[in-house]
Amino acid sequence: MIIDINFIGLIIASIMASAVPLILASCGELITERSGVLNLGVEGMMIIGAISGFALMTVTGSLIIAIFGAMLAGVLISTIFAFLTQTLITNHVATGLALTIFGIGISAMIGKNFVGIPGKEFPVLFEGLKDTIPLLGPILFGHSIVFYFAFALPFITSYFLKKTKIGLIVRAVGDSPESASNQGINVRLVRYACILYGGAMSGLAGAYLSMIYTPQWIENMTGGRGWIALALVVFSTWNPIKILIGAMIFGGLTIIQFHMQAIGVRIPVQFLTALPYIVTIIVLVVISRDSRKIRLSTPSSLGKSFHKDN
Amino acid sequence: MHKFFIRSFVSSLVLLFTFTVAAIAKDVKAAFVYIGPTGDHGWTYQHDVGRKAVEAAGFKTTYVEGVPESADAERVLRQLANSGHDVIFTTSFGYMNPTNKVAKEFPNVKFEHATGYKREHPNVSTYAARFYEGRTILGTIAGTMTKSNIIGYVASFPIPEVIRGINSFTLAAQKVNPNIKTKIVWAFTWYDPGKEAEAAKALIDQGADVIAQHTDSTAIVQMAEKAGVYAFGQASDMDKFAPKAVLTSVENNWGPYYVDRVKAVANGTWSQKDTWHGIGDGMVVISDLDSQMPADLRSKVKKLQADLASGKVHSFTGPIYDQKGNLMVAEGKTADDGMLAGMMTYVKGVEGDIPK
Repeated sequence: MIIDINFIGLIIASIMASAVPLILASCGELITERSGVLNLGVEGMMIIGAISGFALMTVTGSLIIAIFGAMLAGVLISTIFAFLTQTLITNHVATGLALTIFGIGISAMIGKNFVGIPGKEFPVLFEGLKDTIPLLGPILFGHSIVFYFAFALPFITSYFLKKTKIGLIVRAVGDSPESASNQGINVRLVRYACILYGGAMSGLAGAYLSMIYTPQWIENMTGGRGWIALALVVFSTWNPIKILIGAMIFGGLTIIQFHMQAIGVRIPVQFLTALPYIVTIIVLVVISRDSRKIRLSTPSSLGKSFHKDN
Repeated sequence: MHKFFIRSFVSSLVLLFTFTVAAIAKDVKAAFVYIGPTGDHGWTYQHDVGRKAVEAAGFKTTYVEGVPESADAERVLRQLANSGHDVIFTTSFGYMNPTNKVAKEFPNVKFEHATGYKREHPNVSTYAARFYEGRTILGTIAGTMTKSNIIGYVASFPIPEVIRGINSFTLAAQKVNPNIKTKIVWAFTWYDPGKEAEAAKALIDQGADVIAQHTDSTAIVQMAEKAGVYAFGQASDMDKFAPKAVLTSVENNWGPYYVDRVKAVANGTWSQKDTWHGIGDGMVVISDLDSQMPADLRSKVKKLQADLASGKVHSFTGPIYDQKGNLMVAEGKTADDGMLAGMMTYVKGVEGDIPK
C-alpha cells in the first residue's frame, strides 16, 4: 500500500474528530474539579446533551437551538447535582454516580420517539480549502464549528486558570475553601458556577456525538466516553494541555489500530483494541511524574463537601 | 368458634375458586430478553418489532432490555419464569447456558433461544436465521459495484455467525469479480456508533469503496454517505439514514416465527425444535434495491433471491477452498448445516487472520 501525504492528513483529521467529545467533556470537568467538586456524572450529562441536541434538532429544525439547547440541558441536569452536593451537602461520588444512571435512563425514555430518524447534515467550514494545501488541508479545513471550538478550549482553559482573576478564585476555592471563604469569596456560588459550566461542556460533547460525529440517536450512544473523559482529567493531573495530548493519543490509537487491521498487520486484534487505554495511561503518567507539580495542580479539597458555619 | 370455621371455610373456597378461574382463563404470556436497548435500530429493535407482532396477535408480552450475558441473565430469566410467563425468548447467543440452566428448573415454562445450539432439556428450542443468504446477495452487489476492487467489512466478534457471513459475502463477490479483496476490521463491539464509524472511515481511507457491516448501528452507512461510497443496511432497512450510500439492506424478520411459537404454546402444540430459516421462509428479507444499481444487476439479484429462496442456489456451493488452499467443500457439493454452524475458517480471498 502506498502511504501518501494526504492519507496521513486524512488519518490525523479523523483522530482529531474522534478526540473532540473527550476534549470538551474533560475541559468542562477540569474546571468543576478545580473548584473542588468531583462530578462523576459526566457520562450522564453527555448522554442528556446527546438526546437533547438530537431531539431539538428534529423538532425545531434549527441547529443553533439544538446546540445551545443541549448545553442548557447539561446545565439543567448538573443543577440537580449542584443543588444536592452544594446546598444539601450530599456525597459527591454517590451523587455523581446517581446522575449518570439517571441521565442514561431519562435519555432512553425521551429518546424512544427519536430512534430510527436520520440526523441532519451539520455545516462545515472552509470545505473548499481542503485540497489547497497537502497534508495540512484536511487537518485544518472542512470541520464543524464545534471542532474548532474544542481545539481552542484547552488553551482558553489554561489561560483562564492561570492568568485571570476568576480563574484564581476557582483554584482558591478548590484548594482551600475555608481560606477562600474567609477572604469573602462565596464558595458555594463559585462551585455552583463551575458545576454548571462542566454540565454545559458535557452537554456540548454529547451533542457533538448525536448531531455531528454520528448524526442519529440510539440509546447509550456515548459508549463510555464520559468515563474516559473523567480518567483523562485525573491522568493529565488537571492540566488542560495534557488533556489535549491524552485525548489525541486515545483517539489516535483507536483509529490507527483499525488502520493496522485493514492493512493486515499481524498483531493480535485484542491487543490492538486494548492499546488506546494502556498507552494513554502510560503516556500521561510519564509526562506528569513531577510530584511537586502534581501537588500544585491537584485541587486539595477535591470531592470534600464544604459547609460554611454561620 | 363455629362461626370462625365457617368463615375460614367459605373464604378458602372463594380463594380456591378464584385461583382456579385465574388458572383456566390465564392468557399465554410471552417474555423477551434483549441484549441491547430496543432503541438500537438494529438487532434488538428488530426482535422488538417481532414482539409487537405477538402483541398484535392478542398475547401479553413483557421484555427486559440491556441484559448482560452473565449471571445477570440467569437472575432475569428466573424472575420471568417465576412471574407467570409461559414462554421466554432469549435473543442473544450468550444467553445459551443461562437459558438451559434455568430451563431445567422450570420444566413447565418454554424457552426459545436465538442463535444457539444447546437444547439440553425438552422445554428448550433454538432458532436462528440464515443471514448468510442475505450476505450472498450483498456480496454479488458489492463485487459488481466496486471500482477500486477493495471491499471493506466491519466485523464484530470472531464467532461462526460472523465468519460465515464474511465467507458467504466474499464467495459471492468473487464469483462476479475475481479481482476483489475483502478487508476485514474487527471493531470488537456489536454496538458503538463512534467506534463503528471510525472503523468504516479507516477502511474508506484505505481505498474501500463498498462497505459491509456486521455490527448493529447506522453509523457505518452514514459514514459511507459522507465519504461517497456504497454500503448495506444491517438488520433493518437503513436506507433513510444514507439514501445515496445504501444499496439495499438485509432485514431480520422475527415476527412470523414468534407469533407461530406463542400460538403453539397457547394451543398446547409446542414442542422442541431447531429452526434455521432463511430467505425462503421470510425470516431474512432483502429491502428494496436502490435504483443506482444497473437494471441488469437488479434483475440478476432478484433472480438470485428467488433461487436462494427455492433452494436452487446454495450460498456455499463447492469448490470452496480455505485461505491455505485446502478444499473445504468439493465441487458440486454444498456445505451442510453442521459445517456452517461451526465455521471458523476464512475462505480463500479474505485477507488477514481470524482473531484468536
